[in-house]
Order: sequence, then structure tokens, then C-alpha cells
Amino acid sequence: MRNRARHGWRRWINGPYIGAALIALFILLPMYWMLASSFKSQSNVGAYPPQYFPVPISTSGYHAAFADGFGGFVVNSLVVACCSTALVLFLGVFAGYALGRLPMRGKYPIMVSLLMISVFPEIAVIAPLYLVMRDIGWLNSYQGLIFPYTAFNLPFAVWILRNYFLGISMSMEESARIDGAGPLRTLVTVVLPQVTPGVFTAGVFTFTACWTEFLMALSFDFGKKTIPVGIASFGSQFTVPYGAYFAASVIAVVPIAILVLVFRKAVVSGLTSGAVKG
Amino acid sequence: MASISIEKVTKIYPNGFEAIHELDLDVADGEFMVLVGPSGCGKTTALRMVAGLEDITGGTLRIGDRIVNDVSSKDRDIAMVFQNYALYPHMTVAENIGFALKLRKIPKAEIKKKVEDAAAILGLTEWLDRKPGQLSGGQRQRVAMGRAIVREPSVFLMDEPLSNLDAKLRVQMRAEVARIQRRLNVATLYVTHDQVEAMTMGDRVAVMRAGLLQQCDKPQVLYDHPVNLFVAGFMGSPAMNLFDATLGEGAATALVGSQKLELPSSLHAIRPALKSYANRPVIIGIRPEDLPVAGDEPAAIDEAVYFEGDVELVEALGSELLVHFTTDAHRVEAEGAKDADSEGLSAGALTKGGEGVARVEPRSQLVVGRRVRFRIDPARFHFFDPASGLSITS
Repeated sequence: MRNRARHGWRRWINGPYIGAALIALFILLPMYWMLASSFKSQSNVGAYPPQYFPVPISTSGYHAAFADGFGGFVVNSLVVACCSTALVLFLGVFAGYALGRLPMRGKYPIMVSLLMISVFPEIAVIAPLYLVMRDIGWLNSYQGLIFPYTAFNLPFAVWILRNYFLGISMSMEESARIDGAGPLRTLVTVVLPQVTPGVFTAGVFTFTACWTEFLMALSFDFGKKTIPVGIASFGSQFTVPYGAYFAASVIAVVPIAILVLVFRKAVVSGLTSGAVKG
Repeated sequence: MASISIEKVTKIYPNGFEAIHELDLDVADGEFMVLVGPSGCGKTTALRMVAGLEDITGGTLRIGDRIVNDVSSKDRDIAMVFQNYALYPHMTVAENIGFALKLRKIPKAEIKKKVEDAAAILGLTEWLDRKPGQLSGGQRQRVAMGRAIVREPSVFLMDEPLSNLDAKLRVQMRAEVARIQRRLNVATLYVTHDQVEAMTMGDRVAVMRAGLLQQCDKPQVLYDHPVNLFVAGFMGSPAMNLFDATLGEGAATALVGSQKLELPSSLHAIRPALKSYANRPVIIGIRPEDLPVAGDEPAAIDEAVYFEGDVELVEALGSELLVHFTTDAHRVEAEGAKDADSEGLSAGALTKGGEGVARVEPRSQLVVGRRVRFRIDPARFHFFDPASGLSITS
């Protein structure tokens, strides 16, 4: 009886739907507030009673953000995040494949060390790392962020990718071997196409982590600001440009949103279905 | 095209486990050799060593005239069909079949032609643009075959290629694989745990057990003259009936339970060694189809031996009846007759000690609970030494 079909208003207004709507509201409301506020004029942002819809629509926040050099921050963030993600994926694929597949000693200690590194707090290493960066002259440079970001995000990517590699039938690689493919060729043409969901997952996580990282960016690259550091530096001692904050935040979310959409498309489940009996 | 020659090949894993012990096996050019045995007997390991996927610990492996112990898989000129097909899911059927050719840098037009030819043989032409995920199990199996045949290898290796198909399709594909092999006339090593596949497909069958080759011969020879209890129990379904027996003076009688069977002198002519077992225990074996109900037997049997049992259960298969009967004799469980999953089943409360199975004429009048009398051609008896398990032959 519990499974009977719901009719009329009960079809839409019922416990699960109301619960889902509340959760969605909880998550989406701040997003909406950010978007709405970015189109308010400076005086309307903090108005009381609050303005639920931006009237009149104003782009002054966006103008202010770009006037404060936001375009440059976006470029910096893009360079750093894209390079780090590319490096992490390149190294992570080989490391994950080796740890998942190749007969090698000490796999377990390596995996445990990687796990430990991935949960290491940034703040613990920021001071020594700063000294290293200073001594090799990498402060205020792209590589001064790209390499630490790569190091911090690689362990997690290796874990994700290794688990995906483990899921691929060994006989597929053996088959490629008999067909005449060398190890690199097997990895690239046979194995890698099947772990694209894993590569995208690792990529999105790494990109997001690099895109939003604040502490290292603030410490090492105060001259070449990335978006989080740039937004924090808007305004002055006496002004708080809320409009510019919100506008910059909206723009900062765009690449992540695009990535997530791409990611959803990439993770078509069942990509491996049909390869082996199942 | 080439032959495969396995000489004293041994496989010992790093943990010390010996998977194969001094295996000697020759597969002639064009021959279909089936390697059969229960799981864990080393048959797949043997195949993988031929494929170059496992290192060879000792012995010599030749493909053609070439020793290939240390030759990599891709240079052995072999093609292998895997149990799970191992198709590349992101490639189309045509790309899957042509993959090996592409690696060999064969011109595209030629690859296309070869792929189309292979697809035509296997009836895959209309599926060439599909991905493996869009195919049925049988079609995937055929793609795996196509991938092997398109390369025109010297040797085919197949690792239980039909075990993932349902029963009906398996029967069809069994014939199909055998037909393709005959047509291409390439030395083939085929691994299976299914003795029906082994019997029906192989030119010769090699039975393995615990890393040791038990017997290698034509299927019918294996069936009619098993060298030991293991092969006797393994080949044939239902398995051979095996009972403890004691031979009398001059091996002229055999006491099976409380029944005394008169063994005619003609039997001693075929099996002279039997005399030396006079007054000693033996294991007597008889195939289910060699137990015709007295009066139903197709041809008159000279010097027939009679054996009785109580009908316990009759399974009508249409073309024949399987009669489960009980006697007071002690049934011997041959290792090969048991499936790993059926462990302990025949020791269950529902099964009686001396149970046997007979395959009889479909129109035999049999009533459960009644006594049945079988009329046996003594030449059909098998005798085994209870200590060694070896067949008592000459």
C-alpha cells in the first residue's frame, strides 16, 4: 500500500519533495544572494529592508572589480590552476598506473605516505616553503605556486586514478600486449580511454583546489595575485566595496561551473560496460 | 602456421607453489588440442605460459622450430581469446578487430579488407560500427574470435572462451569455434573445465590435475580407456559408476557389495593383469550407458554379467532415462567426478551409500522402489588399483 501512486497535489507536495526543496534552498540561497547582490548598486547592497531583487540592475560592481585589476587576477588564476592541473594529471596517471598495476615493491608504504601528505595542513609547511621559495627566487612567480599546488594535490589524484586503474580488467592489457602494443601504447590507447571518468574527477578536484587556494597564494605571490587574494585586496582601509566583491565572486564561480558541467558529461557511467562479461 | 611443443615445462610461483610439473605436450600444426581439468589444475597457467603472459620456470617451449621461452608475447605470432573477451570498450567492433593490424602499421585499406573478411566469416558485418557495450554476449564472443583470426597467427590460444555464454548458445558456438579452427587449420590450444567441450571439440584432449598431465589422447580413447580413476571420473557425464569390489579365486568372480559377478574368461583375455589381483580388492567401474536393463539391450551380449539395484529415481530426458539406483556396494568417489561446488553433496542424508546411475532406453519400464536388473557386457568393465588409482589393463 505504501507504494501506491500519488495523485493530485500530493504528487508534488509531499515529505520527500519538501525536504529536497529545503535542502536545495539552503544551498542555492547564498548563491542567489551573491548573484543578485552583484547586480545591485553599492548603496542597495546593504539596504534595509533587504532588496530581494536588484532594482535597478546595476553593473557598477563589475566595473569596479575590473577597474581594480580583476582581469589580471583571473589570468593569474587560470595560468596557475591550469598548469598545476595538467602537471598533476600527467604525473598522477603514470604514478597511479604504476601503483595500481605494475609489479613493484613498497606499494603499500608509498600509498600510505601519499595519503598522509594529502591530509597534511598547509599552515605547517608554509614557513619553510616560503624560505625555499625566497632562496630559489620563485616568490611572485607562476612556478612558485604551480609546483607547491602540484605537490599538494598529486597524492589525492594518484589515489583516485590508482583505484580507477585497478578496476580495469587485466586481460584487456594482456590482450593488447599479445596484439603487439608496448606498455606506453597500452596505457595510452587501451587503458587511459577507460579511466577518463577518473581523470576528470581528479582534474576537477585539483582545479577547484588550485582555483580557491588562498594561503600559499597570499604568502608566495603577493605581487601576482590570484582571484582569492585579489578579491581580498579590493577596497581600502575605509571602504568595503561589496558590489565588487560579489561581482568578482560571480565571475570566479563561472569556470568551476563549466568544469562541473563538462565533468558530468564525461562521467558517463557504463563506459566500460561491454568490455568484459557483466 | 606452426606446431607447439611443450617439453618438461615447469611453473613455480615466487611463493614456492608449483602450478605445473614437467608438462610434456605437443600440438601438431592444424591440430585442435583441448586442455581440460578441474579449476586450479594448472591448465590456464600452461596456456598463459604459451602466450608469454607467465614466465616459464623450467623446460622448453617451442612454437614452430623456435624456442620462445624468453620471447615476448607480441613476437610469438600467437592470438588469444580470453574468457572475458577483453574487448576494448571505447573502440568499435571494426577497431577492435583491426587493432593488432594497426599496431603492425598495415595500410588502412588492407586493414579494412581483412576486418571485413573476418566479420563476414563470423557474421558480424552489420555490427562493425557498434561498440562492444551494444552487443550481446554471443556477438562479443565472436568479436573476440574475429580479433584473433584477423591476424592470421601461427597459433591460437583460447582460455575458456565459451564459459560466459548461456547453455544453448554455448552448444552453437562450440560447433562454430570448431568449424573456424578447421577452416583456418591453425594449431590451437583450448582450455576448458567442461569435459563436454573437451570431448566434442578436441582432436586430442589433455587431462590435467594438480599441475600434472594425466592423459593425453583422442577423446574417445580417453573415454574408453582412462588411465586412472581421475580421468575415469572426470570424463563423462554422468560420471562413471565406481564401486569397491573384491576379486575371487583366479579373478573369476568379483564381489560387489553382496552381489557376486561371474567374470568370464574372455575378460581375462582382454585384461590379463586382472589375474594378479585375485583375492584382492579392486575398484570396478562401469559407464552409465553400459548398464542396459536386462531385456532392453540392443544386441545380445555373450557371457553377460548381471548386476542388480533398487530404482531410487528416474530422470526422463526424452531421448533416454537416467536411472539412479542403489546397491549395498560401497561407492567410490573419484576426485575428478566431483565439482568443487558439490563438495559434500553426495555425503548428504538424501544420498545412499551405494548409489549408481544408468543411462537406459527411454521406453524401459522402470518403477521407483522396484529392483532392476542390468545386463552388462563384461568387456565394458573398467578395473582400477585401489592403492594407486591406476587402470588395470594389460
